Amino acid sequence: MADLTRMDAAALAAAVASGETSAVEVTRAHLDRISAVDTAVHAFLHVDADGAIGAAEAVDVRRRRGETLGPLAGVPLALKDVFTTTDMPTTCGSKILEGWRPPYDATVTRRLREAGIVILGKTNLDEFAMGSSTENSAFGPTHNPWDLDRIPGGSGGGSSASLASYQAPLAIGTDTGGSIRQPAAVTGTVGVKPTYGGTSRYGLVACASSLDQAGPCARTVLDAALLHEVIAGHDPMDSTSIDEPVPAVVAAARRGADGDLSGLRVGVVKELGGEGYQAGVEARFREAVELLGDLGAEVVEVSCPHFTYGLPAYYLILPSEVSSNLARFDAMRYGLRAGDDGTRSAEEVMSITRGAGFGAEAKRRIMLGTYALSSGYYDAYYGQAQKVRTLIARDFGRAFGAVDVLVSPTTPTTAFPIGERVDDPLAMYMADLCTIPSNLAGNAAASFPCGLADEDDLPVGLHVMAPVLADDRLYRVGAAVEQAFAQRWGGPLLSRAPELEVALS
Amino acid sequence: MPSISRDEAAHLARLARLDLAPDELDHLAGQLDAIAGYVARVSEVAADDIPPTSHSLPVTNVFRPDEPRACLTAEAALAAAPEAEDGRFRVPRILDEEV
Repeated sequence: MADLTRMDAAALAAAVASGETSAVEVTRAHLDRISAVDTAVHAFLHVDADGAIGAAEAVDVRRRRGETLGPLAGVPLALKDVFTTTDMPTTCGSKILEGWRPPYDATVTRRLREAGIVILGKTNLDEFAMGSSTENSAFGPTHNPWDLDRIPGGSGGGSSASLASYQAPLAIGTDTGGSIRQPAAVTGTVGVKPTYGGTSRYGLVACASSLDQAGPCARTVLDAALLHEVIAGHDPMDSTSIDEPVPAVVAAARRGADGDLSGLRVGVVKELGGEGYQAGVEARFREAVELLGDLGAEVVEVSCPHFTYGLPAYYLILPSEVSSNLARFDAMRYGLRAGDDGTRSAEEVMSITRGAGFGAEAKRRIMLGTYALSSGYYDAYYGQAQKVRTLIARDFGRAFGAVDVLVSPTTPTTAFPIGERVDDPLAMYMADLCTIPSNLAGNAAASFPCGLADEDDLPVGLHVMAPVLADDRLYRVGAAVEQAFAQRWGGPLLSRAPELEVALS
Repeated sequence: MPSISRDEAAHLARLARLDLAPDELDHLAGQLDAIAGYVARVSEVAADDIPPTSHSLPVTNVFRPDEPRACLTAEAALAAAPEAEDGRFRVPRILDEEV
């Protein structure tokens, strides 16, 4: 049959279920692909070949017994290394957790296993999911399969690069300010940030607890929807988990694939464009908006005046939460301990460990958060940022009173060269300009491929935002756009990515 | 808005228990000052009468029935400890020598 690594997850699951192939064969094909290309891409921090084959064998046994398998059983997946796994290390891209074996599985991990999904390994990320390029990983950057000298986005660059280089058909990301959507945009893949509380954070090592959300990453909209339904839903282990039915995202993806968006009202966010946006990004975005109109949607311009303050508010709220969340890395119970020579106090050992164990971005954010939360500055910084957060949520509320979804580019530029912004934090932060408002307001949002920028032939993402618990609308729009573009392009965007050189070792 | 001097950055590092080399502190202090200047833009928004949002969705405390259930064994909890002794976490001394 066709190259298993080029097939989408839905087709792989069907082929496994029918016996046309086996989960073990599918898994071997992906492990071989990892061996062939990941030296160059560096999407994975850890590959668990034996564990993956074992999980695949279990699926094959169940199939032979005639058991009914889930819709993604036997399909391999790349898991962002910020979810706890009992059988693999969980490093969060940090030296402070190098080699850590958690004593429990995250709820997302558990649900993947229960669905018969085969976890291939753990993917690279910016340290503790803080960054837009994966350059903040303590274990080296991941490379964009479209151009190995460029970033694959971040923080979930390992997940996006694994999809774009056919090392896995499915991946899991987490999105605190855009860490699922921006990597999807710059690699020509699909990434969805569910409504806050839609997926469990139990066992997701916290970056900023009020913003973090786990979500599906895939090469097709339907695959993302199938994965969304596997991981979403109420979890008593997460007190912020929403106790409501999961939005019908798979049905919405199937409906959207008929290409009819009549009756849908789309708002183009006026504030998310113009200065600072690459011309090729804006051109592809305008075409995507035109396409939405061609598919029957009613398109209007919408103003969300406070979105402009999203980025500064975020860089007060996020570091504040980070500075308290990362306080747990104290060298006492788990993780790195440095400088314990028998004479130093616990406090000295703690400082030396944190100084040696955290990278530059983690330190910047911890210190910034410490600053924003200190007495004297609290009201002017953290307090004011929380008020801006209210105003941004109100902007969304007003907009969603008039339209069903909002759209913008996912990120202002295409993938930038590795090294270009690594020591210019403000330039790096700009990558999340369009994605941050949905984290602050907690609503659902996604990125879908919408073409290549003229100036550099690199992927551009269409960003779609939907109200809280209306995640299904993202999938309807995404699937409609996906099929229309595939007709226009004669195939998916990723088919235009250059072939990677295959290592023969 | 106040800026972040090198001394202030050193103070923040101490509060956050981050042992930084002098050149690292020099570098971070300049960057923090630039970031603090940027984020101070939030003050441009007139928001005196606006309630703060600490959480995007309404959250209430969540309780579960007060019934015992399985938890980590002591062995599992200690498995990743930098040092353990007699079923406990072994830590460096917690008091200063002068005390």
